[in-house]
This record gives sequence, structure tokens and C-alpha cells, in this order.
Amino acid sequence: MTHRYERVIDVRALARVEGEGAMHVRVRDGAVEDVRLEIYEPPRFFEAFLRGRQHTEPPDITARICGICPVAYQMSACAAIEDACRVTVPASIAALRRLIYCGEWIESHTLHIYLLHAPDFLGYGSALALAKDRRDLVERGLALKQAGNDLIELVGGRAIHPINVRVGGFYRVPAPGDLAPLRERLRVALDQALDTVRWVAGFDFPDFHHDHEMLSLCTPGTYPIETGFVTTTGGLCFDVRQFEQHIVEEQVPHSTALHARLAGRGRYLTGPAARFTLNQHWLTPLAREAATAAGLGEDCRNPYRSIVVRAVETVYAVEEAIRLIDAYEPPPAPAAVVPARPGTGRGATEAPRGTLFHRYDLDPDGRITAARIVPPTSQNQAAIEDDLARFVAGRLDLDNERLTAQCEQAIRNYDPCISCATHFLDLHVERA
Amino acid sequence: MDTPTLAVWKFASCDGCQLSLLDCEDDLLAVAGRVRIAHFLEASSDVLPGPYDISLVEGSITTPGDAERIRQVRAESRLLITIGACATAGGIQALRNQADITEYARAVYARPEYLRTLATSTPIAAHVDVDYELHGCPIDRRQLVETISALLAGRRPALPAHSVCFECKRRNTVCVVVARGEPCLGPVTRAGCGALCPAFGRGCFGCFGPAETPNAPAEAALLRATGMSDDDIRRIHRTFTVAAFEEAAPS
Ligand code: SF4
Ligand code: SF4
Repeated sequence: MTHRYERVIDVRALARVEGEGAMHVRVRDGAVEDVRLEIYEPPRFFEAFLRGRQHTEPPDITARICGICPVAYQMSACAAIEDACRVTVPASIAALRRLIYCGEWIESHTLHIYLLHAPDFLGYGSALALAKDRRDLVERGLALKQAGNDLIELVGGRAIHPINVRVGGFYRVPAPGDLAPLRERLRVALDQALDTVRWVAGFDFPDFHHDHEMLSLCTPGTYPIETGFVTTTGGLCFDVRQFEQHIVEEQVPHSTALHARLAGRGRYLTGPAARFTLNQHWLTPLAREAATAAGLGEDCRNPYRSIVVRAVETVYAVEEAIRLIDAYEPPPAPAAVVPARPGTGRGATEAPRGTLFHRYDLDPDGRITAARIVPPTSQNQAAIEDDLARFVAGRLDLDNERLTAQCEQAIRNYDPCISCATHFLDLHVERA
Repeated sequence: MDTPTLAVWKFASCDGCQLSLLDCEDDLLAVAGRVRIAHFLEASSDVLPGPYDISLVEGSITTPGDAERIRQVRAESRLLITIGACATAGGIQALRNQADITEYARAVYARPEYLRTLATSTPIAAHVDVDYELHGCPIDRRQLVETISALLAGRRPALPAHSVCFECKRRNTVCVVVARGEPCLGPVTRAGCGALCPAFGRGCFGCFGPAETPNAPAEAALLRATGMSDDDIRRIHRTFTVAAFEEAAPS
């Protein structure tokens, strides 16, 4: 049975959900002339139906854009609405947000490493197939993932689409004693995360490098998760409020897909490799040590090594969660009051896959009049296509089946979204 | 008997309901040991041809191509189980059903003429016969494990049709309406989540869709008593299982 029933080429359609896609490569006289990554997930219209909703509603609604990183959508939405309403939440609430976000990093990174990406390196079609030979490895991955889920559940009530997150903070905050059992679990998870770094560091990485400008939030003093300035390896640094001045979505001539670009500069890359390259000195000593031992240098420009970065960030997120639990003091109130007011608010946070930007325009009653959401995958599309063009150029002698398999693996490097990350390529090579 | 085959299909959705299967960490390998995962693109690139003994279907029908594809899935499946609010009620994307789809497309897409989409988002049961439905946005993973285990054992899965209120009472949660005047859809929402929201001090917002015989007028009066306007009430009904509440509680 085929999935390839329709070609809606619109990167926003991809970005809103875990997508499905096709890749087209045109080769002329032995050279790659054109590479197109086409995504044709049915559009779900989130930005349209956010209009008319109350300013309190986006955390629950936008969570439904993605089942793998709902916390990222909730956190960017809260940040944007609080910006519009000119409210800054107390540090204790910010810390609790960072804690639940650590859970999502652990869960999402581990899911990608163990269930989606590692089987490629080891020659298996799935983690379930891998489990037949190496059950211990898959069990370790599932246990680590569950530690992340348990953390999200404890703070957010539910691992998928948490119900306890609201604009201004939370509905209920944990008592300090509630977190103690989780701390024990995270101690075990830390060893599992360190073992994961050692394990993936031993994979065989193709020799492949890119030269994209890389973009991440940066928060001096800490590794960026729920806040920061937008910073690039090319030396740009700007406030999230200027996001739309610097990042433009362009229509490219070969397709209807919109590509996000840095104004006047072109394609760029966001995600774990960009975060690591721009912020590695803010990792914990243990995570840095693990990174160095795993062979990660000052920057990470081999997309295949992103699996190692994910593992290192998992170590960081586990350690950071333990630190936040140790320092936890319940906020004076579960949420800050966020009164409706007219205006525009912008917010960005670091989803596991990269910078996730939201903007809301509110009327005087706090009703949303316009919304805009720019997810990491749409930002990365141009860079992914560029990588694929160069990647394919070096492998034109492969038959279509092997080339397809290798391209799928190459795309999985970016963890663009779960369903596209597993098995989705319909490779058309036109050789003229 | 041969090991039964399990297939998982995705239509318009967020992947959250299929992810619930991968989130059954402790049970995942146990379940995987008792079925043959024959088609599950989210988790495996090993695909076996149909027919399939059990198909789990996530997501709603929003394109002409998907309307066709679900018929093929049905034809190849012995048992077809829809999972989640998208598959059972059209999901959050059914918010388009009352809107002008062309206007929506123009609001979101720079080149709306390239979209090929239906004006509606409809549940799977509007297109093909469905054997069992798991509600929720997302589904509850314990319910998923119970359903798969029941089917493997050849019995009917025990799926609740009563309301969240019953679960609240069973859990000894203080009612948020009585204690704090919070609006809550618990009395008319299907059980299954374990009455999660009231336990966290917020009213239920109906993500499991309507219970089987909801008393809609009584519920509307209760919501009004907590200070919700009719507009608020319509919005809270029209979110995660849009069409379902509209049918159960016509306003
Ligand atoms: S029902 Fe909810 S959780 Fe399930 S796929 Fe649809 S949006 Fe996601
Ligand atoms: S209490 Fe209501 S809104 Fe909350 S999880 Fe349960 S069904 Fe969903």
C-alpha cells in the first residue's frame, strides 16, 4: 500500500505535524541538477483556528500540533502570550518550566536515538528488530525514555499533551517531597545517558560536512532551553522580538515550499548541532567531558554526529533536572496572573529539534486576531535539501534502493519529525 | 496459530496516539513479543504486506486521497480500531468544518491554490466500518494495552462509556466545580483518563469527547453557573472533539 497519494508542496504543511514526504532528484550529465524534498502532510490549519480564541487557550491547543514535543509548543506559546501581556513569571515558575522541558528533551532525544536513528547505524529496520538481538540495549533506551516521560507526567500530568501547563505557569505545583522519588530515578537515568553517549560514539560516521550558518537561542550562563537571544555562528545576535525581521520565509522557484532564510544571508540550520556549537561551554562538566570523550570538537558540522549531540544533551538534561529538583522551592502561587491586553507577543524556546517561534496578536479582550508559528523543521528544510544535493552527488553510482536507504538515513540526522524520520522516501532519480 | 499481525496507520494527526504505543515502555516489548508488527512507519521501516489481523488507525480524513486510503486499510484489516480524538471525532482539525476553508487556506498558506484538501475533517467511522474506538486526545496508554491484550485473548476490551465524574469520585478528588467554582466538562465527558485534570485542580476540557448519554442542558447550566458565557461554552465544546460535542450537546 502506498502513501503517495498527493503532492501538496508546502513547507508549512510539513511543519505543523509529523509529516510525510517525497524526494526528487534530477541528474543531468552525471551531475545533480535539482533536489527537492517534498512534504505533503494534510494541512491542519492551526494558525487559522487559533484566531478568535482566548489568550489562555494556545497552550492546550498548540500542544496538539505535535505528540512528540508538546511541551515545546506549550512553552513557546506561553512565552509569546506573556510577552504580549507584559508579564514576567517569577523565577520559581521559570525553573519549573525548565524542569518539565528537561523531561521532554530526555524523552524526545531518547526516542530518536534508540527507536529511530540507531537502527540505521546498526543495520536494523527498527528497534524492535534490534531488540531480538540486543534486548539489553533497547531496554536501556526505553527506561531512559520513561524517566523523561515520568518527569513530564509528574510536573505536567500527562506525558503527551500535558494538562497542567497554563499561561502564567501551572494549575498545580508539586510539593518538594513529590520530586524525591523522581530524583532517584534520574540518578539511574544519568548512568544510562552516559552509557548512551559511549555507545553512539562508537558508530561508524560517514565523512560528510556542511557549512551552513547555525542558529540557536543563547542564554549566557546556561545551556539554552526555555529562553535566550537568537544567535548564529555568523555573528548575528538579536532579541526574539526581532525574529520576523531577520527570518523570512521565501518561496523558492522549483516548488511551492516556503523556505525560512536569514534575511540577506540564506539558509541556516537549527537543532542540537547548532545548539551544541554555539553553547557547548555552558554544558555541565560531566556532559562536556562525555562530549569530548565521544570525539565532538568545538563545532559539530557532520550531521551524522547529531546522534552523539543528542546523547550529550540527554546527559545534560538529566543533570539539569536533578539540579533543578535539588534547588526546588515551590512558587508562591502556581501561576502568575496574566491579564488580557491588546498587543503583539513573540516567544521562542529550544524544542528538541531546534528553535520554535510563536507570535500572537491580541485584541483588547485578549482574543487572538492572528497567530504565526515557525517550527524548526521548516527552518531547516533548505539546509537539508542542500545536504542531500551534495550527499547524492557523491553517490550517484549507487542503485536507487541503496541510494534511497542512505538518503533516508541522512534525513533522519535532522530528526525532522517522527513519521518522516522513519520511512518515507519515494526517491525519483531522473537521469538525463 | 500464527502470531497475529498488527498494523498502525496515520492520517491527519499529531502522532501522539501512536506514540502512546511506544510510550508503553514496560509493556512495549511484551506486546511486541505477542504480535508481529507488520506496518508501523513511526517505529519501523520493515513493512509486511497485508492482510492484517489488527489495525490501529490514528488521525482523521481530510484529503480525497486519504478517503481512498482508509478504504484500502479497511479491506486489508480483520479488526479495525480507531485511536484518539482525530480518528473517532475528526480531531482538532475538524475546527475547519464550520469555517470557510478557502479563507482558512488563505490565512495560513501563501499559495492556497496548491492545497488539495477537503472542506471537512471527518472521523474514520464516517468512511468505513470500525470495530472498536479508543477515545482521548491522546488516548490513555493503559486502555491501549488493555485493548490489545483483550483482543489477543479473544475477549471484548472493557472500554468505559460513563463520565469523568465517576473516575473523579473513585479517585477521591474534590470536585473543582463545588470547591472552587471552576468550569468543568467532567459530567459529560467520557471516562478513560483517570480524571486527570480535576486531580491537578483544573476543570476537564473534554479531551476524551462526550460520554455516551450526556445530560447536555444540565451541564450547560452548570457551566453558566461558574460564570462562563455562552460563547465560552461553545468554544470549550468546539475544541478537541469538535463534531462529537456538537452532536451530543446541540447548543
Ligand atoms: S487525537 Fe490528539 S493526540 Fe491523538 S493524534 Fe489526534 S491530536 Fe494527536
Ligand atoms: S479530565 Fe477531561 S480534559 Fe482532562 S485529560 Fe481527562 S478527559 Fe481530558
